[in-house]
Amino acid sequence: MIRFEQMGVTYAGADRPALQGVDLEIPEGELCLVVGRTGSGKSTLLGTVNGLVPHFTGGTLHGRVVVAGRDTREHAPRDLADVVGVVGQDPQSGFVTDVVEDELAYGMESLGLPGDVMRRRVEETLDLLGLAELRARPLEQLSGGQRQRVAIGSVLTAHPQVLVLDEPTSALDPPAAEEVLAALQRLVHDLGVTVLLAEHRLERVVQYADRVIHVPGDGRALQVGDPAEVLLTTPVAPPVVELGRIAGWDPLPLSVRDARRSAGDLRQRLAGLHRPPRRVFEPDAEVVAVADNLSVRLGPVLALRDVDLEVTAGEVVAVMGRNGAGKSTLLRSLVGLHRPLRGQIRVGGADPAALKPRDLVRRVGLVPQEPADLLYAESVADECAQADIDAGVPAGACRTLLERLVPSLDDTRHPRDLSEGQRLGLVLALVLVGQPPLLLLDEPTRGLDYRAKERLAMVLGELAAEGTAIVLATHDVELAAEVATRTVVIADGEVVADGPTDEVVVGSPAFSPQVAKVLAPAVWLTPNEVADALAVLP
Amino acid sequence: MVRDPAMARVERNLHPGAWWLWALGLATAATRTFNPLLLGLILAVAGYVVGARRSSAPWARSYVVFLKLGLVVLTIRLVFQVVLGVPQGDTLLFTLPQVALPDWAAGISLGGPVTLESVAAAFADGLRLATILACVGAANALANPKRLLASLPAALYEVGVAVVVGLSFAPSLITSVQRIRAARRLRGRPDRGLRSVLSVAMPVVEDALDRSLALAAAMDSRGYGRRADVPARVRRATGVLSLTGLLGVSVGIYGLLDAESPAALGLPVLAFGLTAAAVGLRLAGRRTARTRYRPDRWSPPEVATVASGVVAAACVLVGGILDPSGLQPSFVPLTWPSLPWLPTAGLLVALLPAWLTPPPAPLAPFAPAPDRTDRTDRRETGPDRRPVEVDA
Repeated sequence: MIRFEQMGVTYAGADRPALQGVDLEIPEGELCLVVGRTGSGKSTLLGTVNGLVPHFTGGTLHGRVVVAGRDTREHAPRDLADVVGVVGQDPQSGFVTDVVEDELAYGMESLGLPGDVMRRRVEETLDLLGLAELRARPLEQLSGGQRQRVAIGSVLTAHPQVLVLDEPTSALDPPAAEEVLAALQRLVHDLGVTVLLAEHRLERVVQYADRVIHVPGDGRALQVGDPAEVLLTTPVAPPVVELGRIAGWDPLPLSVRDARRSAGDLRQRLAGLHRPPRRVFEPDAEVVAVADNLSVRLGPVLALRDVDLEVTAGEVVAVMGRNGAGKSTLLRSLVGLHRPLRGQIRVGGADPAALKPRDLVRRVGLVPQEPADLLYAESVADECAQADIDAGVPAGACRTLLERLVPSLDDTRHPRDLSEGQRLGLVLALVLVGQPPLLLLDEPTRGLDYRAKERLAMVLGELAAEGTAIVLATHDVELAAEVATRTVVIADGEVVADGPTDEVVVGSPAFSPQVAKVLAPAVWLTPNEVADALAVLP
Repeated sequence: MVRDPAMARVERNLHPGAWWLWALGLATAATRTFNPLLLGLILAVAGYVVGARRSSAPWARSYVVFLKLGLVVLTIRLVFQVVLGVPQGDTLLFTLPQVALPDWAAGISLGGPVTLESVAAAFADGLRLATILACVGAANALANPKRLLASLPAALYEVGVAVVVGLSFAPSLITSVQRIRAARRLRGRPDRGLRSVLSVAMPVVEDALDRSLALAAAMDSRGYGRRADVPARVRRATGVLSLTGLLGVSVGIYGLLDAESPAALGLPVLAFGLTAAAVGLRLAGRRTARTRYRPDRWSPPEVATVASGVVAAACVLVGGILDPSGLQPSFVPLTWPSLPWLPTAGLLVALLPAWLTPPPAPLAPFAPAPDRTDRTDRRETGPDRRPVEVDA
């Protein structure tokens, strides 16, 4: 269905090709997962399939890419629209119309399908993706997960033979991600659609993949093959695969189900062992932030309802919940970006909304969902210098901090050219330079590969050990399992669970990490814990 | 007009073109008069209909935005009159200190006496502009401007999309500004005042540019601008017809307006030009393979709406011919404006769509859908460690 022949891409001004020597054939009806670190060329590979690379992005394409018998050199993306559907990373930016139903129909209108066909397909797609009750809704009122489903639906209506998705689930809560992936699988099985999918959250998708393409990103050839084989050696691997590597299982398990089948032995070996001690909640630590009976209204929506939350020094609180549950609103309220409708917020004893920005940064730092929002300067060095002035600290403080978070980052680089992980590190440095006792992170792992995520978890652990209170809103159960001492689950603006991570996360299947699912009923949360425990065996 | 309750109760969105033509009728009426009473009546009529027939969609809030904009225009007009205006009449309100201007600026007076008559005239002028803006706002609030696109001829559709995407740049700029100003606060920089707005300019433009590029890529990959295969013969015919049409229209209008040219150059040439252009447009439409999803239809409520707008405009026009002083009240000497009966009655007719049109189709309520609520309940339950979806 898709054939790459000696394909290579070199962007204008780049000193080395983004991809080279790609020889690959993806047969009809295959779900192919593209993995690799950020910046390795995954998006470029996906872009070549419908000709956006190079027709839209510029650069030079060597070799050939043939999709359903059409050569992308001779066909512009619009002429491939009937065979290739593309869903980009940020669904919002690709919307052309205002209303869900119109958006679903837009692609079909461009293709000139008859009215009755369009009507039928829109209804089918609404049902397939569970969007029926949202049909007349303006797109700007949708939550992140709903937007992603509309974006997928809007290309599905054209009944493409190939579907290309760039990180379709990274912004979604676990149930919504499952929904999207289940829909994708149905398309592959029932309609024979060929799916090419790039994703960092391998734990969600790898079990559905027929083949994995690993893009090493350092000029070496692509690794293509059976998921279990490829993941044996790749630097990126989901927790269940890591667990398999630790336990020496062969073949490697890809899903929790496979792993549980091989895990009987491991469970027995672990039965007599104690988990390495986790940092726990200290009741007598200093209280850094309080939300007292807090309600927040955003337009017509009551986003938070009578929320009580206390955060103490050295604590890492994971705030979880589905898209649109009020996680971001809670964080934004803690820095005074939303005023409470009722109740009050105290951060370091003061109302954050009443603080001057300069005093605010000394009490609380927020890394927003789009870390790039905090960056304005032309270079990393300028950005750091500006942060020192803003926070009123001696010059060089921010640069020193950055060195700790992201070692040896080039000072002259433009913040926009950094990888997601480096950018997050830079923003963390900017936010932390005022040494706020409270750090808030909104969805910090979006777009991070496993390595960058590990690094983030390490940094957060260190900060917490130094006494910084950390609150992170996240869908990433693995990250929460790794770093959080406490987990708060929010649903429809209300706190529905609040307690030590072990208890909360293990008690609710949707939020429990893979290792916990494999090793239940024993409580183990991460592969590292298991590795550490096994290492002390004689 | 007889109201048919069965027709009215079926909720649906009126054809956007109907609302725009209706608003255009009101706006035309507003351009013909300086009478503050009639202008106030137009504002009230537009406001009432908007209140009765707008949906809860975000763009439906634009009436208030346009009213505020109108208020700004009115204020600016008054300030200019007070500071720069040449006073008319002799009912002195107050005298501002006069600034002596150099010779080259002779004719402009800064400060000086301010009279009631000139302020009243400026007020009426400003109110007229504000009213026209309010009419545009009413159309915006009642009908999503993007829906209008669906009614454009196929050949013009893509130009239309480009224009609309361009227009939506402005609201997206506002959200960018808000987001980036919030981010400034997080960096410990002042988030109030003019400087904070100016300093976000660069990031905002970058942000908007990024988004435009992403949108363009998405539109391209979804088939925007696809061309159907059309024989070269038809393509040539399209070009010839379009050009001939344009030429014909130009010559025809010239013939109509220029009294000296022969009568044959007027209407006949114009009619020929229009026909050629229409056929050209139609042929050009064959190159785009677009179809429309659920096109809006014209039915009696649409006709009634447009008719009421036309009646309002016509009554004001005719009223102006019959009784010029009713529409253009004298400001020197200042008289209390009267309410001429014909324009008033006409404008009241424009109120009828509030009852004659069906109520707008409701958007889905904000409450979460049943299946999602269901899941919350289940998530809290017992020791089942498999993902919820598996047993759902």
